[in-house]
Amino acid sequence: MSTILLLEQTLNGVQFGLMLFLLAAGLTLVFGIMDMINLAHGSLYMIGAYLMASIAGVTGSFWVALPLALVATALVGVALEVTILRRLYERDHMTQVLATFALILIANEVVRLIWGSQPIMLNGPAGLAGPVELPGGIQYASYRLAIIGVGLLVAVLLYLLVTKTRVGMLVRAGASNREMAVAMGVDIRRLFTAVFAIGAALCGLAGAMLGPILAVQVGMGENILILAFVVIVIGGIGSIRGAFVGALLVGLVDTMGRALLPLFFATLFPPMVASNLGPSLSAILIYVLMATVLFFRPQGLFPARG
Amino acid sequence: MKLPMKLRLAAFAAAATVAFAAQAANELKIGFLSTLSGPASALGIEVRDGFNLALKLAGGKLGGLPTEVVIADDQLNPEVGKQLTERLIKRDRVNLMTGIIFSNVMLAVWPTIEESKTFYIAPNSTPTRISGEGCSPYFFSASWPNEGHHEAAGHFAQSKGYKNAYLIAPNYPAGKDALTGFKRSYKGNIVNEMYTKVNQLDYSAELAQIRAAKPDTLYAFLPGGMGINFIKQFVASGLSKDIQLVLPGFSADQDVIRAVGEPMLGLFDTSQWAYDLDNDANRKFVAEFEKTYNRLPTLYAEQGYTTALIIDQAVKAAKGRVEDMKTFRASLMRAPTQVKTPRGDWKAAHNGTPIQDYYVRVVSKDDKGRIVNKKIGTVMNAHTDFWAKDCKLK
Amino acid sequence: MKAALALLAAACVFPLAMHGLDQHFYIGFGARVLIYAMAAASLNLVLGYGGMVSFGHAAFFGAGAYVTGILAAEGLRSAWIAWPAAVAVAALAALVIGAISLRTRGVYFIMITLAFAQMMYYVFVSLKAYGGDDGLSLPGRSTLGFGLELKNPLTWYYVVLVLVVASLYLLHRIVHSRFGRVIQAIRENETRAEAIGYPVYRYKLACFVVSGAIAGLAGALIANQSSYVGPGLLHWVQSGTLMIMVILGGVGRFWGGPIGALVLLTLEETISGSDWLGPYALHWQLPVGVILLAIVLYAPQGIAGAIRKRRHA
Repeated sequence: MSTILLLEQTLNGVQFGLMLFLLAAGLTLVFGIMDMINLAHGSLYMIGAYLMASIAGVTGSFWVALPLALVATALVGVALEVTILRRLYERDHMTQVLATFALILIANEVVRLIWGSQPIMLNGPAGLAGPVELPGGIQYASYRLAIIGVGLLVAVLLYLLVTKTRVGMLVRAGASNREMAVAMGVDIRRLFTAVFAIGAALCGLAGAMLGPILAVQVGMGENILILAFVVIVIGGIGSIRGAFVGALLVGLVDTMGRALLPLFFATLFPPMVASNLGPSLSAILIYVLMATVLFFRPQGLFPARG
Repeated sequence: MKLPMKLRLAAFAAAATVAFAAQAANELKIGFLSTLSGPASALGIEVRDGFNLALKLAGGKLGGLPTEVVIADDQLNPEVGKQLTERLIKRDRVNLMTGIIFSNVMLAVWPTIEESKTFYIAPNSTPTRISGEGCSPYFFSASWPNEGHHEAAGHFAQSKGYKNAYLIAPNYPAGKDALTGFKRSYKGNIVNEMYTKVNQLDYSAELAQIRAAKPDTLYAFLPGGMGINFIKQFVASGLSKDIQLVLPGFSADQDVIRAVGEPMLGLFDTSQWAYDLDNDANRKFVAEFEKTYNRLPTLYAEQGYTTALIIDQAVKAAKGRVEDMKTFRASLMRAPTQVKTPRGDWKAAHNGTPIQDYYVRVVSKDDKGRIVNKKIGTVMNAHTDFWAKDCKLK
Repeated sequence: MKAALALLAAACVFPLAMHGLDQHFYIGFGARVLIYAMAAASLNLVLGYGGMVSFGHAAFFGAGAYVTGILAAEGLRSAWIAWPAAVAVAALAALVIGAISLRTRGVYFIMITLAFAQMMYYVFVSLKAYGGDDGLSLPGRSTLGFGLELKNPLTWYYVVLVLVVASLYLLHRIVHSRFGRVIQAIRENETRAEAIGYPVYRYKLACFVVSGAIAGLAGALIANQSSYVGPGLLHWVQSGTLMIMVILGGVGRFWGGPIGALVLLTLEETISGSDWLGPYALHWQLPVGVILLAIVLYAPQGIAGAIRKRRHA
């Protein structure tokens, strides 16, 4: 494998990682601050993609539709939080699992009733439709570069939000010790709703940005949800920094695994075995990664709680 | 006027009991088990719509008998499919079964169907395990043998003179079978055979490797959402300019076009049918489908439609005697030559699969500006299922 | 006790009634409910009594099923070999997975058990030798001897019933034994149990292995029920379904597993299989989701808990 290819694969790994980061950030915030397992996070992502597809279809412009879709998804998230999810904060994790699982079923069917069972179209902006030439002669899809850009921007903004603003300080306080934060007079209710809104907006952003390269279909949330959970477990629950590092790790390991393992096995084993073994192993690589991380650091890499 | 609750419950109970009772003779009950929910549901819906259209045009009667279609959704889950098959056969007591899209469901439920001596007419999945050594008089296919499109694509790539082909499929038995079919007729150089994770989302790593390998054509078997993801990413990476993408017809039809759109223009695919085939049956089919459902049909819809036509003809010829194995089988085998179907002329091989032509189509715009699949040529004539040689039936 | 006997009587009579009504399909349905009741009850042992939220229980369920399937494919169809083998392999898997996973806590434990199940899933999906994604069809049900033909739906149902009752009885004894009380004490307060001197890790591991073993037996039965095994049995959605059953029925309540299995499967069957819903039956997941949500919000202890509350109110 040439150096150019290796570099391109690394870039791919970073890009995949940042895709996951958009989802994992919201998930880890909600889990870290409200201590709530939200399986419906993937459903908000799906709703974000569908809303984006519809709004883009109506307005005819990707960039105009993007902020609108973000706001719309955040509103859906807030509505969910105020009506149903708020009642789950005090309950145990298993109840939250059951309730949010029920929400997944409902969300999938509602989306199907509104938009139909078939995958719908969401294309990126025309300006980003083709590849650009990077130094080294690498032809890279410009839309993927946009995803990298957006992912990094979100990471920076979240970092500033959490470390430099008052809201961020409350978020950190709530993540490390909720009872103390309440005792200090923080309006927990408003804070939680705000955090959930941010998480939902991030889902909407992820759905809107990823829709053009992935299929926009019912059930698209479940596939990516598992990966997001793996990311936040590796990174440490409640930590944005952990989500960022965890996402990059997962993205790189998965991509490089898919790129390198089959080649590696082809040199060692006969083609029949290699073609079987390579893909199977690369599929489970991220789970092996997670198990390894947890073995050495049972709380993840950057746990928010002391 | 709403009946009081107790009365409604009683009425429901009565209706349910009647439903449980043995159905009247002189009626045809068809069990339609298909994938109608989840990401791959577009396929089941297309087959169902094609089937229902033929039924509607025949006045709700197949073979002259008032027909009831009992629809069940397997959710692309073989265990669910098995339970539903049991329900259709044992509780609902259907006379015939049809509808299954995916091979994993087909293989799981086939033993139950065969054991119950119910005829199954396939509008899609026709696994090699059932068409070859495991062939059965109760199985009839109105679609295509599983490897048909792949062999056609291999032929096409060979005839176009592509020297280096790159192959990609998901890492499961259907994927491996698909590429085996392609390799059977393609004699050029196979640059690489790549197997990806089932339901994989991001193909950037694979696309980078494809770019580095510099093939002149890429054959991809990636059904459902995987194909949509892949096509979008393939075109976005700019590879479509240098590498000709060839797909089996079912990965490039209207359902995928509706989800992907313009990026698909220019890709080739192989199919047993094209919307612009020049025969009366097809013109009628396409026109009626558009009028009824407000969209262009896919090859799946044609398969569902043809399945209904075949059942209609066979039941008529057997005078309703679907329980009589020899009679009904003989009628099924003769049916393709006795009724005009949209795909043109075809007949049945002794293992119950079609001997038919395969066409090459290109995704392009028609004169109304819609994106369609135009036929550009015939790549295989009167092609028989490769595995028919293993079938011991007469 | 009286309620349990009533349930048992109903379970015994049910297939005969269905046989009389010529509704053999529902005898098979009843057997499925029983098998899932066993699987859910086994999960409840670790989940409800042990406080270990295992999201990878499908691994043991599926392992038991695959052992049965693979042995059948190789010609070994005797239940006396295949079913104990399924239990043994599942128990071994539980030992290995538990030994590693139990070093973690909370959500990390959840994720690592999930990861192990997913690993097994991907391995089996790609194994062409045993069907891969297509799964494996069994030549028929296991052979039991004694002139019992398991192909007969009634015979099958009663064999399953006997095994389910036996396993529930075993679970009952475990839960009410000293072992069971220690497990529950560990769930309540692990530090205190450790301070008292109990080898907490060993107790949890033992509990995990027993639970896995019973799930393995349920897996062997489900393979026979459909005469088919597929990797879907190992998928995290399957683990989730089992968890849903336990939570629905009542976590930590003895009848939680069986009640949850009965309610969820019956709900699915009636809504999706109903004739009067017509095409809307395809959207059956919507009413199921709404009902689940309602139960969560208004019956916090699950169905078993709600029943108990009503009785003692």
